Amino acid sequence: MSFVETLNRIDRDGWRSPLLRRFERLIEPATPAALEALAAQSAAITRRHFGRTMRLFAPLYLSNECVNNCAYCGFSRDNPILRVTLSVDQVVREARHLADQGFRHILLVAGEHPKFVSEGYLEACIEAIRDFIPTVAIEVGPMEMPEYARMVQAGAEGLVVYQETYHREAYGEYHTAGPKRDFDWRLECPERGVAGGFRRIGIGALVGLADWRFEALRLAAHLEYLYRHGWKATYTVSLPRLRPAAGCFQPRHSMTDAEFVQLICALRVIFPQVGIVLSTRESPALRDALFPLGITSISAGSHTEPGGYTGEGRDDLHLTVRGRRVELDEKPEDRGATGQFAIADERSPAAIADLLCRQGFDPVWKDWDPALLGADPVGASA
Amino acid sequence: MSSLLKIADREFTSRLLVGTGKFPSPESMRDALAASGTEIVTVALRRADLSGGRDPYANILEYIDPERYLILPNTSGAMTADEAVRLARLAATAGLPKWVKLEIHPDPTYLLPDPIETFAAAKILTAEGFTVLPYINADPVLAKRLQEEAGTATVMPLGAPIGSNRGLDTRRQIEIIIEQATVPVVVDAGIGAPSHAAEALEMGADAVLVNTAIAIAGDPVRMATAFRLAVEAGRSAYECGLPEARADASATSPLTGFLYQ
Repeated sequence: MSFVETLNRIDRDGWRSPLLRRFERLIEPATPAALEALAAQSAAITRRHFGRTMRLFAPLYLSNECVNNCAYCGFSRDNPILRVTLSVDQVVREARHLADQGFRHILLVAGEHPKFVSEGYLEACIEAIRDFIPTVAIEVGPMEMPEYARMVQAGAEGLVVYQETYHREAYGEYHTAGPKRDFDWRLECPERGVAGGFRRIGIGALVGLADWRFEALRLAAHLEYLYRHGWKATYTVSLPRLRPAAGCFQPRHSMTDAEFVQLICALRVIFPQVGIVLSTRESPALRDALFPLGITSISAGSHTEPGGYTGEGRDDLHLTVRGRRVELDEKPEDRGATGQFAIADERSPAAIADLLCRQGFDPVWKDWDPALLGADPVGASA
Repeated sequence: MSSLLKIADREFTSRLLVGTGKFPSPESMRDALAASGTEIVTVALRRADLSGGRDPYANILEYIDPERYLILPNTSGAMTADEAVRLARLAATAGLPKWVKLEIHPDPTYLLPDPIETFAAAKILTAEGFTVLPYINADPVLAKRLQEEAGTATVMPLGAPIGSNRGLDTRRQIEIIIEQATVPVVVDAGIGAPSHAAEALEMGADAVLVNTAIAIAGDPVRMATAFRLAVEAGRSAYECGLPEARADASATSPLTGFLYQ
């Protein structure tokens, strides 16, 4: 039994749980008045469950090497981009920089490439920063359950893995090469992550790959399944709307700001306890307006290229062709590695924290201590 | 003047315990604590810097005056007895009082306490000399066993799930806990309005713990004041002896009074 069977029932038989039927009604086209009422409900539920607080985190890109071709992603293996994999020491320097800015929650992100981003490498990165970063999460290529357990053992608390699209056929069209082509293997990642001991699991879909209502219903079904089968984990969802990236992909489907708001609020009303994450892909004006409505966790000042915070790794830039490193004829003076996508909100973490305070939110940087799992408290060795 | 609340070897004037999560800013939390009149303030250890390094990005403890309040560390975030015990020890090592609000909720959705893990952790911590205030479901048998076998200083049954503001959903069970208690009963969680707090005190609960209702109020300071007054009113009413509620009317001027004039 896995979520694969539930998804098949939804797709083939039109099956809906009572909860999903309620959710489906909430994401039907709505009048402005109905949307306003939904937003008010969502804001109130969010305050009750999460208070007047906002958690902050930063992504730290370890590597932009990848064996997959994903039509929408700048890191696709056939894109001739400047690539690098940071050394563990360079990762530590990036993490120290983020810690100095206030971050106590870091998401380690890497493309999927067993040669450059090996399991041992990821464990070493986690272990190297966990003394000063209380919350470490990972967003990397899918793993088997025992590998996930080793990441937890190394000190990772959270796992982020987006299905990208829940539309099986579209998934096949977008993912044209690499191990990522296996839809079901990816779909079962959150379950394997729970079994491996992660306490927090982030799931999501990229908005733009299929009709958003199609995606949203299945994302909600995934959440409902996980709450029932992995009841001890905390869940977060994210709905990244596709941004310009290398490869010049044009999303086939769009979603208006009003629809985006409707979806966030509908998720909140149906899942009062779910964390909703908003990244710097969205514009400053929209982010500011969304903070009170249902969002519980945000990134700020993000870079989506390895070494983006400090310039680490610039001396090692190269191309990767058919899995092999190819040296550049001339190293660029003023550029680092290529990012995964362009960010829209470039405001600094301090500016975002100030803004949150002005909006009546307490920015929460630290909300976890690895001491719970037997490690020394963060900072003890400093 | 209401009687004092005695927990373990300490006496308190206020019967309102206040939590520190969900406030819009540390300053508003500090001001609300002052307005509430509370003397016991609980803090989630996972949000604090436990290394003694005074992390400016995890400085919630700096807004709580330890001279004025008893800081009651809580083990929120722990999912097992082992994790809770570890956190309590860590707090004591970091110089916090050797008191602990023991909360173990493996279910992050409803935050309902795990009775098996809580009982196990309570036994270990009391044996190590901690003053243990366990957060439990409103289960009278568990409450008795915690008092008698684990030696906890209070029991803290929930009125409703944390943050739900639903009031005393578990009222009938709490009545039994109060009737059988040999330690103070502190109703924790679910108290969403001052009237809920007053109701708990009127029933004979020794104290209440409130967090969400104050923290997310439009004006936390005024709400904290409202809770202070409600707790005082509820306790006074309890000590005076509330008349029994009845279905029929009872005239304040008796109909047969003339017989005895």
